[in-house]
Amino acid sequence: MNLHEYQAKDLLAGFGIPLPVGDVAQSSSAAQNVARRLPGERYVVKAQVHAGGRGRAGGVRIVTSVAEVRQAAEELLGQTLVTDQTGPEGRTVRAVYVEEAIDSERDIYVAVLVDRESGKLALLGARQGGEDIEERTAEKPATVQTFLLKPDGAPAKGTLDAFAKKIGLTGRLTAKAATLFEGLISAFLKNDASLIEINPLAVTAGNELVALDVKMVIDDNALFRHPEMKNFQDRDELDPVELKAQENEINFVRMDGNIGVVVNGAGLALATHDMLSDLGGVPANFMDIRTTATSLDIAAGFDLLLSNPNVSAVLVNVHGGGMQRCDTIAEGIGISMKRNDRLVPIVVRFAGNNADYGHTLLRNYGISYTVAQDMGDAVERAVTLVRPEAA
Amino acid sequence: MAILVGPETSVICQGMTGRAGSYHIERAMAYGTKVVGGVRPGKGGLQHLDVPVFDTVTEAVSQTGANASIIFVPPENAAAAMIEAIEAEVPVVVCVTERVPVLDMVRVRDALEGSKTKLAGPNSQGILTPKVCKLGVMATAHERPGSIGIVSRSATLTSEVVAQTSASGLGQSTTVGIGGDPVHGVGFVECLEMFMEDPDTEGIILIGEIGGVDEEMAADYLKSVKASKPVVALVAGRHAPPERRMGHAGTLTLFGRADANQKIKALRSAGVQIAPNSHQVAETMRQSLST
Repeated sequence: MNLHEYQAKDLLAGFGIPLPVGDVAQSSSAAQNVARRLPGERYVVKAQVHAGGRGRAGGVRIVTSVAEVRQAAEELLGQTLVTDQTGPEGRTVRAVYVEEAIDSERDIYVAVLVDRESGKLALLGARQGGEDIEERTAEKPATVQTFLLKPDGAPAKGTLDAFAKKIGLTGRLTAKAATLFEGLISAFLKNDASLIEINPLAVTAGNELVALDVKMVIDDNALFRHPEMKNFQDRDELDPVELKAQENEINFVRMDGNIGVVVNGAGLALATHDMLSDLGGVPANFMDIRTTATSLDIAAGFDLLLSNPNVSAVLVNVHGGGMQRCDTIAEGIGISMKRNDRLVPIVVRFAGNNADYGHTLLRNYGISYTVAQDMGDAVERAVTLVRPEAA
Repeated sequence: MAILVGPETSVICQGMTGRAGSYHIERAMAYGTKVVGGVRPGKGGLQHLDVPVFDTVTEAVSQTGANASIIFVPPENAAAAMIEAIEAEVPVVVCVTERVPVLDMVRVRDALEGSKTKLAGPNSQGILTPKVCKLGVMATAHERPGSIGIVSRSATLTSEVVAQTSASGLGQSTTVGIGGDPVHGVGFVECLEMFMEDPDTEGIILIGEIGGVDEEMAADYLKSVKASKPVVALVAGRHAPPERRMGHAGTLTLFGRADANQKIKALRSAGVQIAPNSHQVAETMRQSLST
């Protein structure tokens, strides 16, 4: 679960991470009221969307009066922000964060995450933060320092001091950085995060550290331990179709092609997309039916697929396993076809557990479809169905 | 011989009295797997599916002499179950449980370090030595005893490749599901090592996908040793929908190593034959074996 900047900053404040003073606002008058309470005469107004690259996309405004805060908030709220991480459709701004402007002498990069190679928590840092860190790192990976942690928490202060020095934080800053790292690791563990990133971490003229921007992701699998986070999910940020699918034990991603795709298992789904694309087909969606999905879940997923007017053929590629059998999926498709008034050619390839029974069920539902012998055959037939000359 | 599980494997099940545990253990028994007991705290002393149930793994192991465990414990307690099996020094453990918190897996990985346990999973379909031992939940219809070792991050793609290798007459020595989770037990590298040592295995198929670093680690490993057997890989996700992401760090740690084409490039440069698609994996292996 992605957190908004204001939610992440709220959480991190409880762990002693130094942050600019600020608050969230959903309207321009609320934004103005926040600004009135802030110290200083310069303010930052930041669009709250689940995506990086906001600065370069005009989602972060620095202004010098309360009136300008109001104006900036008015402009941002309701606007669709397109950043290099949102995709072309962008994100609608529904809240802004208003905070005091901090002058940074130097921008540092700091993050805590789970390193997949070692299976350990890792503390990351770089001397030079900023929005272009990704590009710079791609060219020169050595610019990012990594320190692997024990699973039970922060290492000794001396170790953290040494890490701070490695990313150029010397003198009084070393101890301050070590305290910040401790807070960050502790926040990560206590909140079951899978990522906390401070970019940039400002070094001010007064030799203070301030976390200017924060990104935080919570591990969805650990939400059962965090009832307090129940209200953190911003459903407006999620695709309603994908959300509906999630509720039905299906991973679904909308795409812009015309072949609806039904597959069980993420690996097989990815492989099916590869074969479709190699033959010039364009999928209308990615669908991975989880092992826990019931026939009613699958019917709901198939409804979503049929509700897409671009779909002109459906490819079903199912390899029944020990946990998800072909007949369950056939039943789901049958239920959905019965209740939807949509005629669309379907190619079905069933293999593995209860493949024959799956076909029997589909026939019993009175569904006419093409039987494919294997995966290659299924993909070829689906691509042929959507060719212009086939229509 | 095969790897990890064979005729000498005797199995306990952690979480056997639950619905999923009961269902799959019954099928494993019917397959011929030697299941000698179950573990369910508070139910020690009972019989379930005609085998004794124990309160702890240590007790189950000392009473039955089991040398493998399969875990069907819900995500909330799955890590504790894995750590219990590791501390009881069970040599081979499969964890089927899905959606285990990643920080719990960080703790499990710490417990695995220097231990005597090889863990497959979590979120693993298990380990299968055809017609001999099924320590898992995979469908069994198309598997045939044979000479190909399969190690995979995906359960359904494994079924696909098992069916192909059986149809082409190659069969399988053992199939291992390492699970699709970001932090997991054995990876491609350890399985490659075991298959390289196994006299029954003549070729190895590696089934990977986008995300993570397992494929790159396998490539690094294969470059560092002289592979004595042909390795064929399928990497799914060349045309995956672009992943939504937030921030830079995910990409940063991987240093751009998550893309399917980069994985393919790394594996190819380590001498691995790349299957053009999931339909031609066995065919690619046949060609590799005959050259």
